[in-house]
Amino acid sequence: MSATTAATAPGAGQARTAPSASGPSALARVRRADRLRATTVVLVLGVLLAALAVTALAVGSVALSPAEVLGALAGEEGRARFIVTGLRLPRLALTLVVGGALGLAGALLQSVVRNPLASPDIVGLTGGASAAAVLAIAAGATGRTVDLAALGGALAAAGAVFGLSGRGVTGTRFIVVGVAVAFLANGFLGYGLTRASLSEAQSAFFWLVGSVGTAPWGDVLRVAAVLAGVGVVLLALRRPLAATGLDDDSARAIGARPVATRVTAILLSSVLAAVAVAVAGPVAFVAFVSGPIARRVRGRGSALVTATLVGGLVVVGADLVAQHLVPGSLEPPVGLVTGVLGSPFLIWLLVRGERRKELSA
Amino acid sequence: MTRTRPSPTARAAHAARVVEHPADVPVPGAAPGPLLRAHGLTLGYGPSDVVHGVDLDVTPGALTVLVGANASGKSTLVRGLARLLTPRAGSVTLDGVDLARLPTRRIARTVGILPQSPVAPDGIRVGDLVAHGRYPHQPLFRGHRSDDDQVVAAALAATDSLPLVHQRVDQLSGGQRQRVWIAMALAQQPRILLLDEPTSALDVAHQVEVLDVLRAEVRRGMTVVLVMHDLTLAARYADEVVVMAQGRVVARGEPVATLTEAVVEQAFGVRARILPDPDTGRPVILPRSRPTER
Repeated sequence: MSATTAATAPGAGQARTAPSASGPSALARVRRADRLRATTVVLVLGVLLAALAVTALAVGSVALSPAEVLGALAGEEGRARFIVTGLRLPRLALTLVVGGALGLAGALLQSVVRNPLASPDIVGLTGGASAAAVLAIAAGATGRTVDLAALGGALAAAGAVFGLSGRGVTGTRFIVVGVAVAFLANGFLGYGLTRASLSEAQSAFFWLVGSVGTAPWGDVLRVAAVLAGVGVVLLALRRPLAATGLDDDSARAIGARPVATRVTAILLSSVLAAVAVAVAGPVAFVAFVSGPIARRVRGRGSALVTATLVGGLVVVGADLVAQHLVPGSLEPPVGLVTGVLGSPFLIWLLVRGERRKELSA
Repeated sequence: MTRTRPSPTARAAHAARVVEHPADVPVPGAAPGPLLRAHGLTLGYGPSDVVHGVDLDVTPGALTVLVGANASGKSTLVRGLARLLTPRAGSVTLDGVDLARLPTRRIARTVGILPQSPVAPDGIRVGDLVAHGRYPHQPLFRGHRSDDDQVVAAALAATDSLPLVHQRVDQLSGGQRQRVWIAMALAQQPRILLLDEPTSALDVAHQVEVLDVLRAEVRRGMTVVLVMHDLTLAARYADEVVVMAQGRVVARGEPVATLTEAVVEQAFGVRARILPDPDTGRPVILPRSRPTER
């Protein structure tokens, strides 16, 4: 019995230490499996998004068949054409780009701060943007000036969080400072709302929870252009961004500059959040939920592309629910629905985080 | 001197020594490594200095072990040598050039550092983590190439972690994880590798495993500096020992001459008996008691 063990043990040891000629191909295999998963995830999300989009274009006070929707999109003349391309498509496009921008802003910030709570809506970036926008409206500003104020507000909030949480910019301190900044921004927002003559509930809702009720094509294009621009910058930065997943000492050890990368990422996240807030208000919790969902389905990494798609899905889905499934005469803004979805998610994330800590301890 | 046939015990001892340090035979033709040097280096955190004006040249091609009591400044000195901490006074030079004047990627191609408790990206797999070591060798806008894969595979093989390549880093055991981190540092292909307590969280078998990996790298021409707590293991593996106390270097040199009872008492405040290892002749440190308790 013991003789058998003694005889087999060294053999097993040799098998483990035997030099393997297939090392590089094993690495290539890991990479191929990962690429396959990435492609699958993007395809599945794309199909889901397309299905949801056709649904969004089809349902409403005048119900259309999917065939009618596709026909109208293809340019067939008829009653469907105006309903689809004139009324429903702009709103769908806006929900899509706003969701994408918020999803990307959230996943980016969460990944460089290495904390799922570090999303633009929780650490005050969207709050800063809407507070500044409302204050600008209260001061009599309109149009482009309001957009710039939103951008200024988001950057000011980012600057405050960054400045107050110290050079390292990771972990709990960033979150705590960010939550404080979010409360501060909320205070300014409340003050601005009392000063501004936002007569309708709809406009007040817009700045409190976000809404996609009105959708000029110009807004859609502006958000899409910013989203594309940030995407290109992120593509160029993808290796430094990947290195920020390591602790700072290890990242610097391999020659990366994690603090500089993080500052850049925070700026980009602020810009994305600000442009989304300027056209749709601070749509609650989209930035927060998209990253964790994306990382879950993607299985690894910061999953930025996946998070952009997830953000789009969440907002398109939530707007469908807001328009058609919530009973009552007043159409509730999309931000109410995402807020209702987001709160349990926050609780789930905290509980799961606790359980993980207990397990690893 | 007449050559006599060695007795069986002497032969056994000789064999043991050969197994002990196959490492000490340098690879012929290997160029001496680059010279990392601290000049009057003062380092600290917050209001207080931790390392006070240390002068130290790291011997190229040798395995140097930094020992000293807790808070004696070992880790701080290593972080300073690896430019992770900016000097308050003095400087660190690499082949005579101040590290502060070199781009960080360029330093990373020559000097590697494994911090004390590194953190891996969430959910990352072993192969991807080790591939991070290629970072300083890749232009920013290019992905990996097949020769990167070769280097990564070789680093995994050197640390005996090739079979782990598909596994998630957060699911590895402590010993496996430490080997994988060392593999990442090796994939960086540094000429000088600094390691902050790479063995502290490991059982004795895994400690020896890690030290054997490092010894093998030294044999291939790498300069290795590591911080360690176990004096006897340090004495067994080190070409050179640097003893620190209160932020200063108090002794330095080859282990037998350096780790004396007086030095151990000065650095650690503990009386010790020191015996030669019957197999290697290296010092074995047996702590006895704190002098104040007598």
